[in-house]
Amino acid sequence: MKLDVPSDLGMVGDAVELVANNLPPGTLSPRRISFNLRTALAEALGNAIRYGTGEDPDRSVRVRVELLSDAVRIYVVDDGSGFDTDRLPDPTRPENIEREFGRGLFVIRHLVDDVAFNEKGNGICLTLRAGA
Amino acid sequence: MRFTLKKDKSGVVIVGVEGQLIVGNRQELKQKVLDALEEGSRKFVIDFSKTGYIDSSGLGVLVSLSKKIREQGGELRLAGLNADLQTLFELTKLDTLFAITRTAEEALAAF
Repeated sequence: MKLDVPSDLGMVGDAVELVANNLPPGTLSPRRISFNLRTALAEALGNAIRYGTGEDPDRSVRVRVELLSDAVRIYVVDDGSGFDTDRLPDPTRPENIEREFGRGLFVIRHLVDDVAFNEKGNGICLTLRAGA
Repeated sequence: MRFTLKKDKSGVVIVGVEGQLIVGNRQELKQKVLDALEEGSRKFVIDFSKTGYIDSSGLGVLVSLSKKIREQGGELRLAGLNADLQTLFELTKLDTLFAITRTAEEALAAF
């Protein structure tokens, strides 16, 4: 499955539903689809639209879903300049706990089985394994 | 997705979140609560019993609202988190920032 999501934060929810509702039955447990996949994909799309495409209505974010025998892989790629994922502060530290932003990648890392980035830093790959 | 606001007889505003609280609708929730704060309400319960998922933008707006309500001498309580959402609050340590109860009724009784 491939889709281009308009660079509009209001489209994130619909794009997430489209992906989640089109996964073949049995790919992942219903609970993992309901919560882990939906939350992680919303995070990835929100980050790509806000920071990658700058909410520019003339740009879009590409999503590709790969079904493997034992896992689902979701690639989210924007056309931005990328960012350094190693420089993000820990949102659970006391000095950060009342910050409004900065939890996205932390949340993703806890909800999926594997997270990978492309070299440029403008693409993320989320892997959710069946049976996990 | 839908937000509902109602006031109980003691003046506590109960906000229902149906569906999800994410980057695409966080501003709508924020504005509704801030409007109620502006109109004089000080005690709030956000009921997540009909909520499927919350992303980090949703968590962020709760942090922001909590601060604004506290600055006005009020209090925000959260209720009705399912097991996955409860885990999300625990892993982000936001369970230490909010008063969280099992049901909205329990939250109301605690004011």
